[in-house]
Amino acid sequence: MTTNLAIEASGLVKTFGELRAVDGVDLAVRRGSVYGVLGPNGAGKTTTIRMLATLLHPDGGSARILGHDIVAEADAVRSAVSLTGQMASVDEDLTGRENLILLGRLYGFKGKAAKDRADELLGAFGLEDAAGRLTKNYSGGMRRRLDIAASLVVTPELLFLDEPTTGLDPRSRNQVWDIVRALRTAGTTVLLCTQYLDEADQLADGIAVIDKGKVIAEGTPGQLKASVGSATLHVRLLQGDQRPQAETILARELGLVHLEPDPSALSVQCPEADKGAEAIAALGRAGVGVASFALGQPTLDEVFLALTGHTAEDKEEVKA
Amino acid sequence: MSVADNAAITNALSSVPRPPRPSAFSAAMAFGWRGMLKIKHVPEQLLDVTITPVMFLLMFTYLFGGAIAGSTGAYLDYVLPGLLVMSVVFTTVYSGVSLNTDLTKGAVDRFRTLPIWRPAPLVGALLGDAVRYVIAGTVITTLGLILGFRPDGGPLGVIAALGLTVVFSFGVSWLFTTLGLFLRSPQATMNAGFMLIFPLTFLSNAFVEPETLPRVLEAFVNVNPISIMTDAARGLMAGDAAGSDIAISLGVAAGLTAVFMPLTSRLYRTRS
Repeated sequence: MTTNLAIEASGLVKTFGELRAVDGVDLAVRRGSVYGVLGPNGAGKTTTIRMLATLLHPDGGSARILGHDIVAEADAVRSAVSLTGQMASVDEDLTGRENLILLGRLYGFKGKAAKDRADELLGAFGLEDAAGRLTKNYSGGMRRRLDIAASLVVTPELLFLDEPTTGLDPRSRNQVWDIVRALRTAGTTVLLCTQYLDEADQLADGIAVIDKGKVIAEGTPGQLKASVGSATLHVRLLQGDQRPQAETILARELGLVHLEPDPSALSVQCPEADKGAEAIAALGRAGVGVASFALGQPTLDEVFLALTGHTAEDKEEVKA
Repeated sequence: MSVADNAAITNALSSVPRPPRPSAFSAAMAFGWRGMLKIKHVPEQLLDVTITPVMFLLMFTYLFGGAIAGSTGAYLDYVLPGLLVMSVVFTTVYSGVSLNTDLTKGAVDRFRTLPIWRPAPLVGALLGDAVRYVIAGTVITTLGLILGFRPDGGPLGVIAALGLTVVFSFGVSWLFTTLGLFLRSPQATMNAGFMLIFPLTFLSNAFVEPETLPRVLEAFVNVNPISIMTDAARGLMAGDAAGSDIAISLGVAAGLTAVFMPLTSRLYRTRS
């Protein structure tokens, strides 16, 4: 059966006792695209991914992965997908190379073919120097790369990546991003769960924002940011007692000013960088001392505030 | 070259055709190989479980042996088969602990998304466990022989006792794999496991003659499967084993397997 959709989910529901962790999620993901599922901890991202990867039985709704039903044709789904979970599921008591050989054998490679495949992946992911080390001694970034490599022992048609950069330093994060881009070039569909708007913005062709088990917005990164509004100019003053004066100037130049909890900080929506620079210059001319300023993209918090009226507060992720 | 070489990744993704899915046997063997690697890389885990029985062997023989049996030599003959059973049964707790580690570290998730014969991870782990059991049993038996244990059953008797102990422990291990899939952490599995196994091994005839015990305790000790298994091991080593002890030990192993193996595989498939 062919379809140009890699994932079609309609009305997926999963409940844990009283909690409706996933409450009617619809998704349509094109083959060959990178699709971001964006939401705070506890929004239901992991539960959704686990249902799509056949690890959890949905309590309601249905989904087809590459044309196969996730319940009735679970085996066919498993042959076509790979999951890199939130926890790096490498075996800490084995070396990196042994981890990949094990998976190679489990995918059906025999003897030397499994070893060759492991070496090829170690090379491609920059892990050949660490190949013989136990993975418990790997850094978080190396472990994550090995974990992704383990998902690619047999090229999947669809890869689930659950928060692949949470807890990584910026360098490791960029490496993971490069890997996702390479996957896209190679034609693998990727479903990427993330809490970072920035990450979805960098990588995804389409994004679904999910909150409390429901998809609350969907679109391209551009559409999503446009719906949120523009970037924000954050200003810190040298002296807090000049804040009322700064507020007046910024309000005149840019619009409604938000006073931060920090008594010397303010922020204001800033649609264009030029106007922001103008506003900072205006502060200088008026003799208001600026300690620092930054023009930031809207954060996930701001997306949430705009879409739901509440912030993406940290909740305990529902482990399922 | 950047760390994640894009061209190399693209190349690695398209270079290899997908092999046919592995047979049930190859999948189980791959997991067995994993078990061997763990013994090789983490030998201290094996040490953890063998050190206690070794300490007991030395302590009981030389500290209490004279008082209990009149001489340390006589007591060694009595206690060694019991300690063999104890050391191998202790090792079964680790079957549960390593399964729980797989579960909490996410390895089970990965294995469950593989298109392999479903029981392969469990069956493969058994192969690794078997090696562990044999090593644990061999260590304690060898130490006994060094200390002067000379059983009448000869080498064949000793090997038969070790073999029966390993088979019995397979049965017991399903109890702990089930426990390992129920509990939240490897540490909890270890604690609960030893909380169960300590009284069961001590309230047996492994260390003292049951006739010396209060009546209620004696009654319990006599029906404790560990006692029956110990009697069988003693008999095999001494060359005068009672067929009924061997049969009951095998029956207990079969019974535990029949109940807890399906439970383990069910939990393995559904627990998340």
